[in-house]
Amino acid sequence: MAELTYRGAVAHGIAQEMERDDRVYFIGEDVAAAGGVFKTTGGLLERFGPERVRDTPISEEAIVGLVMGAAMTGLRPIGELMFSDFLATCWDIVANQIAKTRYMTDGQVELPLVLRTANGGGLRFGAQHSQSLENWAMAIPGLKVVAPSTPTDVVGLLAASVRDPDPVVFFEHKGLYAAKEDVPEGEIVDELGTAKIRREGDDLTIVALAAMVPRALEAAELLAAEHGISATVIDVRSLVPLDTRTILDSVRHTTRLATVEENPRLCGWGAEIVSIVAEECIWSLDGPVVRITTPHIPLPSASALEDLAIPSVNKIVESVTKMMV
Amino acid sequence: MTQTRGDAAPDIDRGVRLAMYRSMLELREFEQRAYDMFMQDLIAGTSHLALGQEAIAAAFGVAMRSDDWTFCTYRGHAHTLARGASMTAAMAELMGRGKGLTGGKGGSMHLTSVEHGAMGSYAIVGAHLPIAAGAAWSAQARGTEQVAVCFFGDGATNIGAFHEALNLAATWKLPVVFVCENNLYMEYTPISAVTAVPRPAADRASAYGLDPILVDGNDADEMYRTALDALMRARAGEGPSLIEAVTYRKGGHSRADPGTYRPKEEVAAWMERDPIDRYRVLLLELGVSENELAEIERGAREAVDLATEEAKAAPLPGPDELERQVWRDGGAAWRN
Repeated sequence: MAELTYRGAVAHGIAQEMERDDRVYFIGEDVAAAGGVFKTTGGLLERFGPERVRDTPISEEAIVGLVMGAAMTGLRPIGELMFSDFLATCWDIVANQIAKTRYMTDGQVELPLVLRTANGGGLRFGAQHSQSLENWAMAIPGLKVVAPSTPTDVVGLLAASVRDPDPVVFFEHKGLYAAKEDVPEGEIVDELGTAKIRREGDDLTIVALAAMVPRALEAAELLAAEHGISATVIDVRSLVPLDTRTILDSVRHTTRLATVEENPRLCGWGAEIVSIVAEECIWSLDGPVVRITTPHIPLPSASALEDLAIPSVNKIVESVTKMMV
Repeated sequence: MTQTRGDAAPDIDRGVRLAMYRSMLELREFEQRAYDMFMQDLIAGTSHLALGQEAIAAAFGVAMRSDDWTFCTYRGHAHTLARGASMTAAMAELMGRGKGLTGGKGGSMHLTSVEHGAMGSYAIVGAHLPIAAGAAWSAQARGTEQVAVCFFGDGATNIGAFHEALNLAATWKLPVVFVCENNLYMEYTPISAVTAVPRPAADRASAYGLDPILVDGNDADEMYRTALDALMRARAGEGPSLIEAVTYRKGGHSRADPGTYRPKEEVAAWMERDPIDRYRVLLLELGVSENELAEIERGAREAVDLATEEAKAAPLPGPDELERQVWRDGGAAWRN
């Protein structure tokens, strides 16, 4: 075991895969010489050389297009979009090209690629550098969507994404980069489409993603200590494929469900989960389902406002105690 | 026209010329047949024909190495067939048949035949320029000396992806050949009315440190020489080329467009410069017999006849195809 930050886990995970497979290449803005604006990719240039770790111009369409063209012709490339908000500048290639080409060509074209990007708020960057956009990717058939919450999962899910034969959009949460934990020695490979139960409880199921996972866990401790409410916390980890079995099994046991989503309200991933629960196990529920989300607003910059917007530990505790009355 | 760069092949082999002639004829016959079938409602949706522009696709088709890659647009029947893709499967695809090139999932705007290096037809203007650059990056990284050839229209020179792809390809010296087929109209609007420079591709080349290359896209020999030159340079590690091939479509932008916005005199003048008619005259001058040409023409027509009959007889895609091939496992599952 060695202590690793979520930030360090990114370079660790990329290096693990580049070491294993010489078809893995990595490109993006400021990723090579500068080691990434979030210092997530330091040392990779020195270790793997300028052919395999390469800086690009500020050209998101070129980055994503390059990764696509390379993936269909024998590489297993990783492209970085510095902020997930920049997906909007290259959404054509992500949503119209990468997501659809396998289907449109009836399986002739394969796209084993990973788009990594820094997602989420809490850093006071304002509305254009703080969004939680995993729902955008989730809405497009043909994209796999992953969002890890721990350093170990960054390494393991990144490895699974690189090895996956289909395109994966990999959302790192920039608010988690400083998070630390002990990470197992040796190769770490996880599995897409598997949720993780982070805490077991009997009274309700809280389903969370990325930076909302540690908040949900903290809230669960408070709920137990101060309100006698015992919560299961499920880390979704992978939105596509989605591990509905783990969620449905838990809801059948606890009979109550809350989702904690950083995204703005409308069409958040939690809405899909709630609809699946409603269709498939509504008779197991003992009360209304609650979605705890950011309001349907662009994110503000000021600390006082951003902290009000994104679901906090207190907000989770408050919402859950209200629903459990 | 001007500024050709055909020194790579001053003399073109007789066999190459006849192959280009046959290819142009097949593309012409195929698309005319497709048009007729649209008119008879045997083909649904839309179509964007390259009638009149065949010399460009045919010349590259003959000049490229079999493992080179073609990236083309929604006006991509010609470029796909010119790489050797099955005419039967292409016609079946237009007809929405299960035996089509892409199983009925792609249709006219997305013809693809990876086994022939036809890596897809991309229907959002400009998107495939960076994708082609990506294939070239892969060739460069793996040292395979393959070249990606990317065909696009004049309209694509005004979209952001053009700039991003050209700048990056030139900076990284990628083995990619960008071929702008300037047919003078972006959809229904003259390209000159919406572009800051008279030559939408050639006049932009210097912005990327590239030579301006402006060629007569209706001259098969000139296209062939230009193609060989650019392919050779790319293979030798000298980086990308940007070719502007001036041409003209016989018809409108798409099935729905009769093209009436084009002045009659302009259309008439361009019809005089039909690439196939011109090439036939040249081949006769070069000593190819009338009989031999007639034989090639009959062969092309019969190949299209056969493809059409086979496509008409092909079955419709079954309902189980609907949710196939979203993922590598062959399915479309998004949950357990």
